Amino acid sequence: MTETIKTDCLIIGAGPVGLFAVFELGLLDIKAHVVDILDKIGGQCAELYPEKPIYDIPGFPTVTGQGLIDNLMKQIEPFGPVFHLNEMVAEVQNLGTPTAPLFRVKTNADTLFEARSIVIAAGGGSFQPKKPPIPEIETYERESVYYAVRKIETFRGRSVLIVGGGDSALDWTLNLVPVAKRVTLMHRRDDFRAAPHSVEQMRALVRDGAMDLRIGQATKLQGQNGRLEHVICRDNDGGEFAVACDAMLPFFGLTMKLGPIADWGLSLHENLIPVDTEKFETSVPGIFAIGDINTYPGKLKLILSGFHEGALAAQKVQRYVYPDRRVTFQYTTSSTSLQKKLGVA
Amino acid sequence: MAKIQFIDFGGTARTVEAEPGSTVMEAAIKNGVPGIEAECGGACACATCHVYIEPDWQEKVGAPSSMEEDMLDFAYDVRPNSRLSCQITVTQELDGLSVRTPEKQA
Repeated sequence: MTETIKTDCLIIGAGPVGLFAVFELGLLDIKAHVVDILDKIGGQCAELYPEKPIYDIPGFPTVTGQGLIDNLMKQIEPFGPVFHLNEMVAEVQNLGTPTAPLFRVKTNADTLFEARSIVIAAGGGSFQPKKPPIPEIETYERESVYYAVRKIETFRGRSVLIVGGGDSALDWTLNLVPVAKRVTLMHRRDDFRAAPHSVEQMRALVRDGAMDLRIGQATKLQGQNGRLEHVICRDNDGGEFAVACDAMLPFFGLTMKLGPIADWGLSLHENLIPVDTEKFETSVPGIFAIGDINTYPGKLKLILSGFHEGALAAQKVQRYVYPDRRVTFQYTTSSTSLQKKLGVA
Repeated sequence: MAKIQFIDFGGTARTVEAEPGSTVMEAAIKNGVPGIEAECGGACACATCHVYIEPDWQEKVGAPSSMEEDMLDFAYDVRPNSRLSCQITVTQELDGLSVRTPEKQA
């Protein structure tokens, strides 16, 4: 049985806004755990535009997505947040009362939390693999179509078609060639964005006859009872060809979906979570939403707005975590007690 | 201003006004044109603003850059006239441009 992790606050989303919430909560002695579905910290900044400059972070004329995340990580280090990456919050159960909230939270990896507050900083939602809109692809998702490799053994002795030209496609091609009966890599052009070294290795395997490379795009799946037999493909001159396979791995990158948040009993408006602008609390007391995922009159989807929202939400979280505390507002520039928490006094 | 026509998968055409210097994606989002998602907000990082350029316009619009080609790998049903609309800058020359949006972006 897994142990339940007790925490003052559970933050969902390790993007810039979730990270800065760790800081604002930390100043108020509120400890946080952070869950994110990606395998790395940084959310969209790290996944979508690590190298791209951002020009509207106050105090930084320019900073890259990854640069901002690195700085935030340095800033929140004194508060020792615990990260749970590669996990998505699946269930939220409300065990408390409106004045003393308590949530039981379970992730898709079966990690259990008991949290006195939840801050949803999930941006555009959770990153999930893009599914190519091939007709009837869902029929094959249980037994033949996979969007990620969880266990290499799943593919032992099978004829695998891998689709895509990025690092995921190439890495799994190289890793599955020794395991699978036959690996076919298909890409829409004979040019790959993946690391050149992997591309060279793949080309060598093709030359040695250890795998196949086809140029084209999948248009139709054929099989029976959810078991794939052929993938019908179109080459760039309009010709059709079939690839015999019983497993297919399409790698078309990631997209953002609201995901299970929709099932937690929160009021939603067009896939966004309405909040008030005093505490950024949702329709469920104790659950807050900050950053791109929330909505309110005048909302701007800016990182800096998310920072502000986190600061105000933290004040209300404090009321739940320390109901008897006399609240005095303090500045980091002058308060020795805040400076001690930051490790600078 | 330049007029840009978006024809959706079902064949419905919508024409919007676009300011020269902005992108075709921005014109779509600003006017609530369905079929363009632009998850990443125009950073050429998501391939959810994929469009097909109508044949008459292909030459004027030109070919994608290599960065855009790489990103098009994440789009579905890529054709020779595929472009990411966040990478097409509107000019007066493109007044009347017509593009089709795919069945699904992501």
